[in-house]
Amino acid sequence: MFMKSTSRFALAIATSIFALCAHAEEITGAGSTFVYPILSKWSADYSAKTGVKINYQSIGSGGGIAQIKAATVDFGASDMPMKPDELDKVGLTQFPVIIGGVVPVVNMPGVATDQLKLTGPVLADIFLGKIKRWNDPAISSLNPGVKLPDAMITVVHRSDGSGTTFNWVNYLSKVSPEWQTKVGEGTSVQWPAGVGGKGNEGVAAYVKQIKNSIGYVELAYAMQNKMTTTQVKNREGKFVSPSLESFQAAAANAEWAKAKDFYLVITDAPGQASWPIAATTFVMMYKIPKNAKQSKSALDFFKWSLEQGQSQAKQLDYVALPDSLVKQIEASWKAEIK
Amino acid sequence: MNTSVTNATTAAAPTQEAVKDDARGDRIFGWAVTFAAAFVMLLLLAVAAAMAWGGHLAFQTFGLRFLVNGEWDAVGKQFGAMVPIMGTLISSAIAMLIAVPVSFGIAFYLTEIAPTWLRGPVSTAVELLAGIPSIIYGMWGLFVFVPFMSEHVLPWLNDKVGSLPVVGPLFEGPPLGIGMLTAGIVLAIMVIPFISSIMRDVFRTVPSSLKESSYALGATTWEVVWHVVLPYCRSAVVGGIFLGLGRALGETMAVTFVLGNSHQLSWSLLMPGNSIAATIANEFTEADSDIYLSSLIALGLILFVVTFIVLAVARLMLANLRRKEGAA
Repeated sequence: MFMKSTSRFALAIATSIFALCAHAEEITGAGSTFVYPILSKWSADYSAKTGVKINYQSIGSGGGIAQIKAATVDFGASDMPMKPDELDKVGLTQFPVIIGGVVPVVNMPGVATDQLKLTGPVLADIFLGKIKRWNDPAISSLNPGVKLPDAMITVVHRSDGSGTTFNWVNYLSKVSPEWQTKVGEGTSVQWPAGVGGKGNEGVAAYVKQIKNSIGYVELAYAMQNKMTTTQVKNREGKFVSPSLESFQAAAANAEWAKAKDFYLVITDAPGQASWPIAATTFVMMYKIPKNAKQSKSALDFFKWSLEQGQSQAKQLDYVALPDSLVKQIEASWKAEIK
Repeated sequence: MNTSVTNATTAAAPTQEAVKDDARGDRIFGWAVTFAAAFVMLLLLAVAAAMAWGGHLAFQTFGLRFLVNGEWDAVGKQFGAMVPIMGTLISSAIAMLIAVPVSFGIAFYLTEIAPTWLRGPVSTAVELLAGIPSIIYGMWGLFVFVPFMSEHVLPWLNDKVGSLPVVGPLFEGPPLGIGMLTAGIVLAIMVIPFISSIMRDVFRTVPSSLKESSYALGATTWEVVWHVVLPYCRSAVVGGIFLGLGRALGETMAVTFVLGNSHQLSWSLLMPGNSIAATIANEFTEADSDIYLSSLIALGLILFVVTFIVLAVARLMLANLRRKEGAA
């Protein structure tokens, strides 16, 4: 009697586990650390609603591209878009999912948030190690009335490769020919000057500790750590402060419609109000997926995220994609993904 | 009677069996431990081979120039291991320069001078220090020690030592607090527990009759330790030091936090640098080209070889010492 009831009990458990496995779908993804906070928020809400789980490993943009190329995940995420010919070679397609921004942060006693005004070429010269002191004429002429210390500038950059770095150096390359030839762009570069911190948190920690230093982090890190951000002059010659509004302007003014495979880096975007170092995270998926069902659920998830995910984005200091872009992305899914 | 005979025979027969069994058991045991010992060698070779295979693209592309090239440029795909190699060696050297005398002092105090009631708690404290994970040292280093260095120690070094003729250039530069010197000191704090607890253990193995006879001849405590205790356990002391050095060479997280992770060569110990382990940890996930990944794995092989050479030299030194002592 006892035996019978235990075996029946075991059977019941086994069947329910089996049923659970059959039900709980799991989509796997890997890549960008930049997108991780919003992606995990989206997946928590989505899985509460639909039961579909999203298992995302934030291993870095380069890692995300490597993993999707190796087909070990259903989608990869990167802050650096893949070139159209490279996508074609592997049979991948890509689309943007979220907009954020990279902001310069400084540590100077007596200088308030968004008080300091900088331009792209000046930033490039600072990071090249050419402008060595804060009271350099190139900086003081932009900032009449700001008391700039007569002190060495310590440059802080990322020590690990990252999409944040990619967008930062991509911007510097666009505005400074010298940067482009000497250093170039990538997820990790040969820095001409400064110290390297690991991750956004490493750069934030170094900038907070080293007086008269300058670094770059994502806006969310700057806000959460109450760091001193600066204004930067955009393409139209206007000084803008980093904010969700200026990121949004950059996203709206970027010319997505003309970009093949959404291959567009929105740094140095046109528009009076545009933040010049806005950044996009891209998702890469196979055009002909190995597992069609998984791929379909992943697309359902991203469709939901792009259409319903705005409020969460704002909470976490990101900017949702403009509606016209979302329509364009959904059209590309129909055309590209089998 | 009858029953006892049968009992005896039944008892005797298994005895011969048991002897055979024992012999077989010995053989099996012999093989098992031989395999266990050989396993270490196999493992070592396999690790070396795997890294040589992974790094062969880097060695093929850059040749031996890989070792002396100071460039590390992921965009231009030019890689050289010089900066990380130097950083690893220099930070470890600073660590040993500090850790060896301090550890000796700790061991000396604990075995010869400290009152008995204090020895237990201090020894336990040393062992607890050894158990703290390295990332904790790194975080402590970044948040507590780096500001202290940049506000108090480095400005003083800059003023007082930076202007001296020969050693001056080693201590010039902005007082960032992050750099080779800080990394060396944090490493020293990490290896002190290892070295000092080994030293203390081996100091305690010195027979008290040896020490007592020296005291009887009128030797001071210092003389006893320097002329009797140290020579008696020299090889074990050196072994402990090299265990600490091995740890310092390979330490990753603590160094990454306070070293500055910059691929630039600088004379100054106050400037940021890089180490092999820190470079690998920092850049592995984003190594987006084959040659980049291969260069990182090649760095791993170099660390392996450097550690191997250091330990081999230590062994040779020890063997030399023993021979000299034997001759004397």
